Amino acid sequence: MNLHEMKDIAYNGLWKQNPGLVQLLGLCPLLAVSNTLVNAVSLGLATTLVMSLSSAAIAPIRSYVPNEIRIPVFILIIAVLVTVVQYIMNAYMYGLYVVLGIFIPLIVTNCIVLARAESFASKNPMLPSAFDGMMMGLGLTAVLASLGALREVIGKGTLLSGIDLVFGESAKAWVIHVIPDYHGFLLAILPPGAFIGLGLLIAGKNWLDLRAAAKPRKQPAANVQPEAAQG
Amino acid sequence: MKRIVRSTLQTALNLAFFAILGTAILSATYYLTHAAIVHSEQQEKLKLITQIVPTELFDNDIIQDTLPIAADPLLGTTETTTAYRARLKGVPSTVVLEAIAPDGYSGKIALVLAVRSNGQLAGVRVVAHKETPGLGDYIELGKSPWIKGFDDKSRTEYSAEDWQVQKDGGKFSYMTGATITPRAVIKAVHHALQYFDAHRDELFAPQGGRS
Repeated sequence: MNLHEMKDIAYNGLWKQNPGLVQLLGLCPLLAVSNTLVNAVSLGLATTLVMSLSSAAIAPIRSYVPNEIRIPVFILIIAVLVTVVQYIMNAYMYGLYVVLGIFIPLIVTNCIVLARAESFASKNPMLPSAFDGMMMGLGLTAVLASLGALREVIGKGTLLSGIDLVFGESAKAWVIHVIPDYHGFLLAILPPGAFIGLGLLIAGKNWLDLRAAAKPRKQPAANVQPEAAQG
Repeated sequence: MKRIVRSTLQTALNLAFFAILGTAILSATYYLTHAAIVHSEQQEKLKLITQIVPTELFDNDIIQDTLPIAADPLLGTTETTTAYRARLKGVPSTVVLEAIAPDGYSGKIALVLAVRSNGQLAGVRVVAHKETPGLGDYIELGKSPWIKGFDDKSRTEYSAEDWQVQKDGGKFSYMTGATITPRAVIKAVHHALQYFDAHRDELFAPQGGRS
């Protein structure tokens, strides 16, 4: 795996083919768990771990698995890895495990994991596959984190609330009250907030892409400003 | 024909191999993490229990001193639950019961109650609910102190009519816009206290640690 290849994979995962903003795969956890930054990043990292491991596990066995049963075998491997992650979280991060709840086992059904196994790991050697899984996972985590931060600040006026679930009671002091004495804006915390927020993020990415593509020419009108859809 | 049988068999063996490998990995992980999982679940339970039963009220191993409670309509339970008994120097002080309010605004509300031996509530906490965030979720202690309104209440202190929200002529406060949720919780707590009064002797029976 040379540097050029690596750069390509990273660029695809993080930006060009971003699972959350472009492929739009795995929206169920994306929308459900992105109500706070800590939840979002935690599930994102758990997914990243599963994707790196599953891609790394699938790539070396790809020539031994008959084509007809490759999907069940991939799913089996992914399910095993997710369950291992679930056990570990249950044992050592109990609070977070309870908060993320059903969305940890549901990583199995997150189509982005199988999509990478099928479209990348089953055709490439182990190292690039693991790297691809990791980059796609991090791309998803980045979107989850932005959405989580956005919803948390608008909805609750805080950042990092719930961090004590990861780092223990002493971490409670890390919570940042961005807007003091904020009464909360419920819409951002509820599911509609997730859809609106994701819409804004996608619009923002497209706007940046358009602007980059049209650089030599005059900048397109900036009337796709995120705030426009807020009301 | 032979060829088809052979390739089918090969495929099946292949799948079986991965299934066995997966099971082996899972079993190993389960074996390695099981003790830690049990430990953290107990710690979590203990944390919840000590929130409503002050630690100075018991000196026994409350997690082990349990009693299976059969499903009962007064508790709203449909499965056997576990009661935890707090004792101080062998004298029973408080029992922790699980109860379910079946008629919340969106489904069941799971509660734990700590009842002192004299029938007074030491405290109530909501363990799980699906009430509307920002509206009905003030039953959570993290959101509002409302649930502390049950502290020290007992069935003898309040008559049956008092176990209602103020709007319905009772003694419990509520928040405008969300009365279904507190109604459900108050009713469930009241029922659980009736259960406690009817079963007090069994609940505090000395033989413990059946789990």
